[in-house]
Amino acid sequence: MDTVTASPTASLEVSGLAFAYPDGHQALFGVDFSVARGERVALLGPNGAGKTTLVLHLNGILTGGAGTVTVAGLPVGKRHMAEIRRKVGLVFQDPDDQLFMPTVREDVAFGPAAAGLKGAELEERVDRALAQVGMAEFKDRPPHHLSFGQRRRVAVATVLAMEPEILVLDEPSSNLDPASRRELADILRSLDVTVLMVTHDLPYALELCPRSLILSEGVIAADGRTGELLADEALMNAHRLELPFGFDPRSVTMGA
Amino acid sequence: MHGLPPHTKLAAVFAFVVVVVSTPREAMWAFGLYAVLLASVARHARVPARFLLKRLLIEVPFVAFAVLMPFVAEGERVDVLGLSLSVNGLWGAWNVLAKGTLGVAASVLLAATTELRELLLGLQRLKLPPLLVQIASFMIRYGDVITDEMRRMRIARESRGFEAKGVRHWGVLAKSAGALFIRSYERGERVHLAMVSRGYAGSMPVIDEVTASRAQWSYALALPVAALVVCVVGWTL
Repeated sequence: MDTVTASPTASLEVSGLAFAYPDGHQALFGVDFSVARGERVALLGPNGAGKTTLVLHLNGILTGGAGTVTVAGLPVGKRHMAEIRRKVGLVFQDPDDQLFMPTVREDVAFGPAAAGLKGAELEERVDRALAQVGMAEFKDRPPHHLSFGQRRRVAVATVLAMEPEILVLDEPSSNLDPASRRELADILRSLDVTVLMVTHDLPYALELCPRSLILSEGVIAADGRTGELLADEALMNAHRLELPFGFDPRSVTMGA
Repeated sequence: MHGLPPHTKLAAVFAFVVVVVSTPREAMWAFGLYAVLLASVARHARVPARFLLKRLLIEVPFVAFAVLMPFVAEGERVDVLGLSLSVNGLWGAWNVLAKGTLGVAASVLLAATTELRELLLGLQRLKLPPLLVQIASFMIRYGDVITDEMRRMRIARESRGFEAKGVRHWGVLAKSAGALFIRSYERGERVHLAMVSRGYAGSMPVIDEVTASRAQWSYALALPVAALVVCVVGWTL
């Protein structure tokens, strides 16, 4: 499953993507990769590597540079924008940005309702998404009364409710305590969906994603098995990636 | 009462206030009847009188204004307990006091029986411009977030030995306010991004369809209709 090349079953294909901000700062210099359906891939990279810029291209919030992004065979562009945004589920880093409705239920319903779902069908979609993240009993609570970990899980549910082709998570483990972190990992593992996870949290990447990409200075610098990349000290040093103190990827034995 | 669709309650309260305001001020008994009407609504909704009276305190500044009127208004004067008061002013004070109190009481009843969120749904249903409804709902959602941010900034200031002691420190407070504004603005941008990512295209999708049956409407409108009868009688007498 590791180095998958472009194929008809790819959830996501990025080719030759380059982008400069209007102020002239160029963030991406030709990014190429593809993610097969059902894969869980980590996107690693130091601060300022262009990770966020890349993520915002995946659902067409940023466009206008060179290159193409294709989601499940559909090119990202003005023509299919609504469809693309339904297929690509972005989970932002701060759940307070993601959860903007007065109650959890309405927030989870926002995406599907914007896509035209209503009534019992909408309700069922909301219930299913909340059950997937184990937050069903918080349905009628306002998001700001939940703990940070719970808010992050609801944020994942808001995106799952749209039944996306690919889930894109921006720093999913940031600000979580170890228990919430593990709970989120269990949830992500249980989902039957393609995942692209942008993170600095290397142990988390190793735990969840068999494959990793390293984005550095606007290009994909490496693409391979997470364990092998993390064990490659020269590569890690070259891209300002550091393992936490005492963590040795070679000594980790992965569970089932 | 609590279970009535929010837009029927909003419409009823609005109609009631309009009727009350258009009643001639000389028909004092009419205002008494209005008060009785409201009291029976409150009983029906099981809103305790204490609660209602406590919330009525919000009216105090207007009462102060009303009390001043008999002293400052022009025109014919009468002597009450040795004070020279204006007749016009007395009527004006009564007018403000009676109509204001009834209006506030009706609004308090509405607020006591309706959740803030439901009120917004009701306003949306009554075709208030959707942008206004959206702004109001974001205020509810982000009020806490921004207060919390403000609290953290205050703690950060104080942790570095700052205490606002006088005019000299207003500059620092003003800068904090500015920083808070910019942070909120940036959050607004991020929230918008999150909304666009989930298919927002300028209007909120309808998640809860609020509808009212004919029976619910007639139940809600009983109050303003009864008030209207009183008002019409007040004009013809």
